[in-house]
Amino acid sequence: MNTNKKVISVRNLFKKFGSFTANKNLSFDVYQGEIFGFLGANGAGKTTAMKILCGLSYPTSGEIMVAGLDVYKQREELKRNIGYMSQKFSLYEDLTVFENIRFYAGIYGMSSKEIKSKSDDLLQKLDLVHAKNKRIGELPLGWKQKLAFSVAIFHNPEIVFLDEPTGGVDPVTRRQFWDLIYEASRNGITVFVTTHYMDEAEYCNRVSIMVDGRIEALDTPEGLKNQFKAKDMDEVFLRLARKSNYQE
Amino acid sequence: MKRFIGFLKKEFYHIFRDKRSMLILFGMPIVQLLLFGFVITNDLKDVKMAVLDHSKDEYTSEIINKISSSGYFKLVENLDGINQVDAAFRKGEIKVVLVFESEFGKNLVKGSKASVQILTDASEPNMASLEVNYLQGILQNYNIEINRGKTIPNQIIPQTRMYFNPDMESVYMFVPGIMATILMLVSAMMTSISIAREKEMGTMEILLVSPLLPWQIILGKVTPYLILSFINALVIVGMGYFVFGVPVLGSFALLMAESVLFILLALSLGIFISTVSDSQQVAMMLSMFALMLPTILLSGFIFPLRNMPLPLQAISHIIPPRWFIVIIKNIMLKGTGFEFVWKETLILIGMTAGFIGLSVKKFKIRLE
Repeated sequence: MNTNKKVISVRNLFKKFGSFTANKNLSFDVYQGEIFGFLGANGAGKTTAMKILCGLSYPTSGEIMVAGLDVYKQREELKRNIGYMSQKFSLYEDLTVFENIRFYAGIYGMSSKEIKSKSDDLLQKLDLVHAKNKRIGELPLGWKQKLAFSVAIFHNPEIVFLDEPTGGVDPVTRRQFWDLIYEASRNGITVFVTTHYMDEAEYCNRVSIMVDGRIEALDTPEGLKNQFKAKDMDEVFLRLARKSNYQE
Repeated sequence: MKRFIGFLKKEFYHIFRDKRSMLILFGMPIVQLLLFGFVITNDLKDVKMAVLDHSKDEYTSEIINKISSSGYFKLVENLDGINQVDAAFRKGEIKVVLVFESEFGKNLVKGSKASVQILTDASEPNMASLEVNYLQGILQNYNIEINRGKTIPNQIIPQTRMYFNPDMESVYMFVPGIMATILMLVSAMMTSISIAREKEMGTMEILLVSPLLPWQIILGKVTPYLILSFINALVIVGMGYFVFGVPVLGSFALLMAESVLFILLALSLGIFISTVSDSQQVAMMLSMFALMLPTILLSGFIFPLRNMPLPLQAISHIIPPRWFIVIIKNIMLKGTGFEFVWKETLILIGMTAGFIGLSVKKFKIRLE
């Protein structure tokens, strides 16, 4: 983590949908190479905020800088410099592993030569060489997830946004997935991840917790546990979430 | 038994609480019955007719009167020469022309027979047969009337001629209709399903985050179907010609150009449907009920429009295939050029622009 370089800088972010305010006065920074966890209950406003950072929607007000680019004025450039992995994955089931890689890498401007050599390396690393020409639909869930992540960072973006990437997978596979995240971080890619799993919160460098559209806490996992006198992130989260006025 | 009842109750809850099921269960039968009841009528009413009267005597006047007051036919134009008949048919309003030979009355009385020509626009062969039958019936009745009390009967001899479809092939009717239907199906329905699928699978979001511009995404979705539909159009026209002998009397280039226009219209309809559908199922059902059914029933494809009650005829004006079928029939069967179809072409262009505009607006709203 390079605390000298901010890759995301948010000041006074507001997002309103009609009379409902989903994001209230958010302000925070994310540093290069950091694994930043963005936590919160359902409906707290995480996905809304993340969509704004990805250039998918406009903020109502506030100053937001992502990868050195202004979210209002430099959207197109911004999109070229980030990666994204959604909850529902990102890969096309009826295309093969290689076809998926080639498609996404192509959109992000990589040349065919680059794509070919890099994908060979990737498949070797993931131990998926035999699956190169298999359709994604035929792969088990865990492999799909690892592949989706790898595709999201294939074009070497500055930041990669992960929206609840490990849903529905067993703990062992989740652990392996996080190994990939660690590796990306070591290589200088900043990882912005939202998750429900509190044990994953422990894997992050810093964590922010949103309640009812506001950031109620932002610190390292250790710092939060001390602050709230909790033994694990589960407890920290419960203490904060109980304050919520939002009834489901 | 109680277990079973419990399960049965749940099933009823599912049905009653699902708007779509309710629509199909109760709405559909009523709508279908009404539609089919009104759409399938084989009665003639106010068929627009022109008369070329070379004789203009009391007999021809009487005959024309009888026909006009029958309620089946309506005299809208009096022609001056046989060369006007073609143009009259091509304009599309007039479906029947009655031609009386010169000195009709004299020939009937002195020579005891006179002939009258019945010319019909047979690009709708079923209607043409009906019209001929009705006219022949009226002429026969008149014939019998004037022969009352005569020993030597005077004969009115009707001669029929079918314009644009001399052999009365019903396949002439089908090829244009099938073209409209298939192009609607491939372009509109498939496009809408394809875009809805990306939304449903969640991959649309990924595309939107990527450097791909929205117009590139839409264009990319639409272009394969454009190409495939065009090939389909070629195949249909080709098969019509080589297998069934359906002619292409007019300009082939114009025919294809109009087809491309219609394909574009169908594509923009498909895009619009996808903007209001959350899932493939919804897209498919919307395409079916809002596009396919009206195309088959209300476009004049199988059931002629002029027989339907006015409200249905009014509705048919907003159904794009209706205009396209008129254009195709004109070009293929009547050999007309652009001068005769410019109005319909303009309407199609307007509809396309409208739907594209609407889709863009909806797309932009969603992005916010």
